[in-house]
Amino acid sequence: MSINEIQDEIIEEFDLFDDWMDRYEYIIDLGKKLPLIDASLKTEERLIKGCQSLVWLNAKQEEDKIIFTADSDAIITKGIIALLVRVLSNQNAKDIAETELYFIDKIGLKEHLSPNRSNGLVSMVKQMKLYGAALK
Amino acid sequence: MTINTLNKNNTIIDFEKIRADFPLLQRDMNGKPIVFLDSGASSQKPQYVIDAMNDYYTNQHANVHRGVYRLSQEATDAFEKSRRLAQHFINAPSEKEVLFVSGTTDGINLVASSYGRKFLKEGDEVLISAMEHHSNIVPWQMACELAGAHLKVIPINDEGELLMEEFDQLLNERTKIVAVNHISNSLGTINPVKEIIEKAHAIGVPVLVDGAQAAPHMKIDVQALDADFYTFSGHKVFGPTGIGILYGKEKWLNAMPPYKGGGDMIETCTFEKTTYNELPHKFEAGTPDIAGVIGLGAAIEYVQQIGHEAIGQHEQELLEYATTELKKIEGIRLIGTAKNKASVISFLLDGSHPYDVGTILDKLGIAVRTGHHCTQPLMKRLGVPGTIRASFAFYNNKEDIDKLVEGVKRAKRMLS
Repeated sequence: MSINEIQDEIIEEFDLFDDWMDRYEYIIDLGKKLPLIDASLKTEERLIKGCQSLVWLNAKQEEDKIIFTADSDAIITKGIIALLVRVLSNQNAKDIAETELYFIDKIGLKEHLSPNRSNGLVSMVKQMKLYGAALK
Repeated sequence: MTINTLNKNNTIIDFEKIRADFPLLQRDMNGKPIVFLDSGASSQKPQYVIDAMNDYYTNQHANVHRGVYRLSQEATDAFEKSRRLAQHFINAPSEKEVLFVSGTTDGINLVASSYGRKFLKEGDEVLISAMEHHSNIVPWQMACELAGAHLKVIPINDEGELLMEEFDQLLNERTKIVAVNHISNSLGTINPVKEIIEKAHAIGVPVLVDGAQAAPHMKIDVQALDADFYTFSGHKVFGPTGIGILYGKEKWLNAMPPYKGGGDMIETCTFEKTTYNELPHKFEAGTPDIAGVIGLGAAIEYVQQIGHEAIGQHEQELLEYATTELKKIEGIRLIGTAKNKASVISFLLDGSHPYDVGTILDKLGIAVRTGHHCTQPLMKRLGVPGTIRASFAFYNNKEDIDKLVEGVKRAKRMLS
């Protein structure tokens, strides 16, 4: 699936939820299910320091695609990471670099990608796109 | 002034009605009536303060200390009236010793920079505590770096109290200044600043007190404390942002070089040599935040009308109630359990990150602070990534705390 097809799919899934509680319970669930990043990869150079929560991001190149794995110490951040990984991992490097991530706004999680939150997610998305640009 | 809390004799405070004075507390957050428990970061403003600033811009504005015309004189009078209000607010001996700064951070930077340039030499020591806000750490690090001096830190116990016997050991002839907070912003600990000042003065060392968290909650008396410097922010005492007070003893302020150069701080200026204006103007370069100063004056009037005694009593009741109720939740860990505490309550929910708890509370209309509260070294010392912090002002009530407790329970159910 293309990046935009996955984004649209997530938007459709979130349309089913009636209120914020259901949305957050789903995100918390995603956070719990996200495969843990290998402990050996939780190194200082893979760490993105947010003021509020920490994010680790690992990128691996497989032919023209990039595989992302990531982790966070906060579960809601981790749930949003799960969505970002679902959208951007195993995609073409050029597509990653050039994509516009509109799904976050559409599913009502824009506030988590605001610099005010300082949770590491803004820097993480930037870093994912930088990997895309560097490896394309 | 109309305060919605005073009875006919201006004595009994009805804290239930006081919220009507604060327009922001009438709004919603995320579709729920706001429960504002982040006054430790910045407090809300009563209509009286908003009106004073509005009136200044509408009817009084002109630059101060400069014009011969009547309007400028009126603005200057209003401006200097606020200085006298601030002087009485902290019981400073003279208005010359009351400087307008942009806030506590600015006040500390002024002292660290000016005092540091004059008095700090290689090998000297600056003594701070393990529970300081970054703004009472970094300016001293910068001053120490310039001088080749060393920063020393008074340690704390696990309850979040200063180890005074360690302080006695650390205080020595190399110590050139002690800088500590009156109340910890992260833990609410009320520090024994009077004792610290007495001990420091016994060997001739001056003390700066960061009063950012104390000024909204307790009566400040710089003469009773015998503080050499005392600084606080306007926006935490129900005034505007961008304005604060630095009190400094005249003998120190006279000895220190100016912090910033510019208009109003000079006596005469030539290209060869400038001589400086008298206190307090020597430290007030450039056009000041006049509206901010007038707003701060109004905030001080408002707080004094209610009285620190009534405020302290109400807030202690809230603190005790919140502590008791939160403790009933299984898995709650209070961070900072000093015997002497102000209305700040920091906690963790076992197995949950503060960010997650804060996010869910936000959705419920509850504003708390999460994270390290600009005290990273303190969080490291306590071995926590950060905390959830609820801080109360006199406009909070038990219902706010009930909502917080319900919110934490809900967060716990969702996150576990």
